[in-house]
Amino acid sequence: MNLAELEQKLVAAARANPPSDWVPYAFEKRIMARLAARPVVDDWALWARALWRAAAPCAAIMLLLGAWSFFAPPRNAPANDLSQQLEQTLLAAVDQEQPIDLTR
Amino acid sequence: MGILHRMERTEAELIAAVLKGDAASFEPLVEKYSPRIFATVRRYARREGEVEDIAQDIWLKAFERLNSFRSEAPFEHWLMRLAVRTCYDALRAHHRNRETTFTELTEPEADWLDRFVNQPDTAKEDAEAARQLIARVLEQLSPSARLVITLQEIEQRSVKEVAALTGWSVPLVKVRAFRARAEMRKVLAKIAKEKYL
Repeated sequence: MNLAELEQKLVAAARANPPSDWVPYAFEKRIMARLAARPVVDDWALWARALWRAAAPCAAIMLLLGAWSFFAPPRNAPANDLSQQLEQTLLAAVDQEQPIDLTR
Repeated sequence: MGILHRMERTEAELIAAVLKGDAASFEPLVEKYSPRIFATVRRYARREGEVEDIAQDIWLKAFERLNSFRSEAPFEHWLMRLAVRTCYDALRAHHRNRETTFTELTEPEADWLDRFVNQPDTAKEDAEAARQLIARVLEQLSPSARLVITLQEIEQRSVKEVAALTGWSVPLVKVRAFRARAEMRKVLAKIAKEKYL
């Protein structure tokens, strides 16, 4: 069997029988009814819904972290170590500054 | 030319009205282009019941995405691109969920094939059996192969036109067309083997 010829014959058969363009009765009315029945998409409502959904997990995470920081055992290093270091760094220039002689 | 210009303006006005919120202006567009949409969908749908669902899907998408339509090109071209891509999605969805395998040829199909083998000239292209047989062959192809064969071989569109309709690049269309022909020969060989061996 010549497959190339069979292919050509079948493709020609498909060309010779184009599909019908018949449209069901009142199809456009059904489309319009579908469009009218669709819920109106409001961007603000979508954002509000997403944020409202995110509120509960955020609150849960906040509570967990709060509980963890409250109940976690204190570390050996003093708690104010970082704040002291920051203060020293910021005030280092002031500490080293020479007093200005105003009599000159 | 004047009539054409007036029609184009009318269409552009309808689209502009829809975009401004007047959904009722969409109805004349649905009415005008539905025959083309239905003819396109019938090339890819398996059953008549599926045709209306796909056509409806195309129109709902068209309404949703109308703001992406640029009026430099005709509305029909934009709509047909959307239709072809929706049909391709439907083919892919069907291909993922397909359960049926190749069934035996019907008697008219087998007779037509016999005539083709014994006296090729008597096997006419316009026979109903030939139409059923090509539908059966297309059903066996992968979605991309079916799309390319339909657009390029059956509808006789150029590679550029296929690329524009599918959204694929020109080299990709060429590669897929080559593979599609090989796939089609394979399906035909399978039919021949099952019937004559």
